[in-house]
Amino acid sequence: MPVRVQSQDFDAGAEIARLREGDPKVGAVAAFIGIARDVNDGETVATLALEHYPGMTEKALERIVAEAHARWRLIDVLVIHRVGELRPTDQIVLVAVTSAHRGDAFAACEFIMDYLKTRAPFWKKESTPQGQRWVEARDSDDQAAGRWQGPKADVG
Amino acid sequence: MVKVLFFARLREDLGCAEEDLDLPQGVTTVAALQAHLVSRGGAWKDVLAQGRAVRVAVNQDMAQPGTPVKPGDEVAFFPPVTGG
Repeated sequence: MPVRVQSQDFDAGAEIARLREGDPKVGAVAAFIGIARDVNDGETVATLALEHYPGMTEKALERIVAEAHARWRLIDVLVIHRVGELRPTDQIVLVAVTSAHRGDAFAACEFIMDYLKTRAPFWKKESTPQGQRWVEARDSDDQAAGRWQGPKADVG
Repeated sequence: MVKVLFFARLREDLGCAEEDLDLPQGVTTVAALQAHLVSRGGAWKDVLAQGRAVRVAVNQDMAQPGTPVKPGDEVAFFPPVTGG
């Protein structure tokens, strides 16, 4: 199962070791870990609550992974995204990609994160000294995802 | 009957996570269903009115205003996503 949504923390080293275990064709691993910060939009963040749409979230992530496989020469992909209550310094998300060469792994890892941020149904709610607030979607995330669209990106 | 789901800010503002709804006569698309909910007035109008950033999924796939809605479908309304 290349996609997991869970409340518990993950061990990125152990997950990556398992992902490439015994496969001599893997020449590259690219991984991204997203981490909860203590400041957002100028406010101190005490806790972060992550909500998701069970069922659709997994389906959306699996579709993003399938699209990455279609665009690049990948060996395997793992996506783990946490839900529930998190605190600053907690890990939120892991994307790990294995391939024969680094170019495919780097590109696919960034693509998966850009699409995850704009297409997978997760929502963050922050607790700040001023109270709780839902995190607003950012235009910069739409722009990042948009980089992968169009004729040039499809060649990859 | 369709199952209608609300997530995140929409769920809180509407005070509703889920409801089973008999599709009124003539309601066959996402846009028509949204307009039906808006016609309830109050928070429904404020939260779901045109121009608000609302995303819709039908049977767990992202939908457009013209996407068909039929009995047995699961229709979800939610704000733009903020994961990762």
